[in-house]
Amino acid sequence: MIEYLIDGPLWYFSLAVFVIGVLWQLGSIVFAGRKGDLSVARGNATSSGFKNIFSRFIPHREIAPQIGVQVVAGYLFHLGLFALLFFAAPHVLFLEENLLGFGWTPMPHWAFIMASQAAFLGLIILWVRRMTNPVSRLISTLDDHIVAILTFVVMLTGCLALLEGFNALRLLHRFTVELWLIYFPFSALMHTFTFIPSRAFTGAWFGRRGIDA
Amino acid sequence: MGEQMSERLEKGLAVLRAEMDYKVHSFFSSCVNCGVCAESCLFYTETNDPRYTPIYKTEPMRKLWKSEYSFWGRLASKLGMTKPLTEADLADWEELVYDGCSMCGRCSMVCPVGVDISMVIFKVKHALAVAGFSPEGLVETTQRAIDVGSPMGVTLKTVQAMIKHVEANTGLSVPMDVEGADYMALLSSNEIALYPEYLESLVKIFDHAGVSWTLSSQAFEATNSGLQIGNKKIAGQLVQRVVDGAEKLKVKTVISPECGHAYTALRWEGPNFIGKAYPFRVVHILELLDELRAQGRIKTTGMETDRLTFHDPCSIVRRGGVQAQPRNLLEPITENFVEMADHGSMNWCCGGGGGVSGNERAHDLKLTAFNKKKSQIEELKVDAVVTACSNCRMVMEDGLEANEMEIPLLGLTELIAEHLDEKRTS
Repeated sequence: MIEYLIDGPLWYFSLAVFVIGVLWQLGSIVFAGRKGDLSVARGNATSSGFKNIFSRFIPHREIAPQIGVQVVAGYLFHLGLFALLFFAAPHVLFLEENLLGFGWTPMPHWAFIMASQAAFLGLIILWVRRMTNPVSRLISTLDDHIVAILTFVVMLTGCLALLEGFNALRLLHRFTVELWLIYFPFSALMHTFTFIPSRAFTGAWFGRRGIDA
Repeated sequence: MGEQMSERLEKGLAVLRAEMDYKVHSFFSSCVNCGVCAESCLFYTETNDPRYTPIYKTEPMRKLWKSEYSFWGRLASKLGMTKPLTEADLADWEELVYDGCSMCGRCSMVCPVGVDISMVIFKVKHALAVAGFSPEGLVETTQRAIDVGSPMGVTLKTVQAMIKHVEANTGLSVPMDVEGADYMALLSSNEIALYPEYLESLVKIFDHAGVSWTLSSQAFEATNSGLQIGNKKIAGQLVQRVVDGAEKLKVKTVISPECGHAYTALRWEGPNFIGKAYPFRVVHILELLDELRAQGRIKTTGMETDRLTFHDPCSIVRRGGVQAQPRNLLEPITENFVEMADHGSMNWCCGGGGGVSGNERAHDLKLTAFNKKKSQIEELKVDAVVTACSNCRMVMEDGLEANEMEIPLLGLTELIAEHLDEKRTS
């Protein structure tokens, strides 16, 4: 019964909440109030907005030394998670069989181990920093902690689920993923998508003033 | 009293709701509270007080966004599980926003998810100003700007007296109310009260370059206290005076003086404040001087032998886009010019922008924040610092004096005027 629920209705429900929720959130940005800028532009807003989406992946050299921990841990976590999500063998197979109908070459086991270590290390560093650094402690919210815990649990159960002989572990992982998907659109996890318009808007603002941001 | 307070909150909330645009939605839904912005803010780096973290200064707006626009916030509000934004929140954030932020915008350059934090802080400032939570000093100067036309109480008589001195010193006449002139120059209060050499330099340079220009007796003041206090309506009124003056004289271009926020108010925010595009162009004085240099209409002679550096005014460079022009102008007249470590669009603020210099309550904090600029200057071991904003100049002079550092501050326009090739002067 539990297996049916997790592999069936709950999976489709969580997927629907995720897709509709993300679209709703993005729609709330697209359809929110906006006013045109009446000043005469000096530079090209569109190209600067587009450029800024990518240029902010690299921090300004003037501040990089001060934010080294966030940058290194952030990249470890995000790159590790991205690799696990899209290149772990069970995920490639799952996406092929259940969603896309096609697959690609998964990463070898040693790469999986490295990616998961990087993701865990990055997430733990960021989370410990969130709880110990005075600035992070002041500005962090309950949502930030829920997001960190939920993502940690998803990754942990994912590693456990590699022991494919135990169906219960696979179900546990899938259940935590479903919780993660349901929580996603209403949380800081939305930055996965909203960082794009955010960077583009700011890049465009700077760009029309002729500033390389 | 309770009713009055409630009205203030309502006014603040109305502004915050009106300002909740598509950018705010994308900013707040992408912020992950990483705290990177703290390291970009000199009020944090020089005090180590986490409350000065830029994103924290936007908290009143974020709190409202969460409770009224986010899923969990709306649910929690419905269930009575969340605390609404209160007057106490607005009152608590007044000090952070007015004393602890110079609107320098450095935070907006470094945010990994691209939040224009400075823009959101201005929206909060706008709400605080409308709700009546602003420092006394800024309220007074703003009122003076509305009543007299100038935050420092400068009148046309004062300007006329200064013009007499300038004409006597230069032997040149200062054109006033010349209809159909190409350019209309503006002055900031500081340039009238503290740095009259700016106008003297303009007169010399424009005579040298053969520029058709004028001052306006109706619109000579560029300082915009409305922008400093954060009140868009007042800022619009003050911009409108300039627009009326320029339209009356039918000038083609209005010249913003060496004043950062005046440039922002006129060039970038002005048309939005008054709700219509200008029928004339606005340029910063450095843009014009660089154009004249490029056209060969300004010829300079001699070089400064002192070791000089340039302080980038935030509103002109980082938020205004006038970055290459000061370098182009300095290059032919300096032989020992050195850049600050974080020069250009990532330079550090003097600590007195965004109305901080006009806020007496923030005096000590401003001096603490100045330590960043002090260390930049000390590191270079320069003989003098050049800048192009009368407010930065005043703030840095105060800071250097408080630190017993005898380093002269030079205005770039004056420096150009000192190096004019007199053979070319008409």
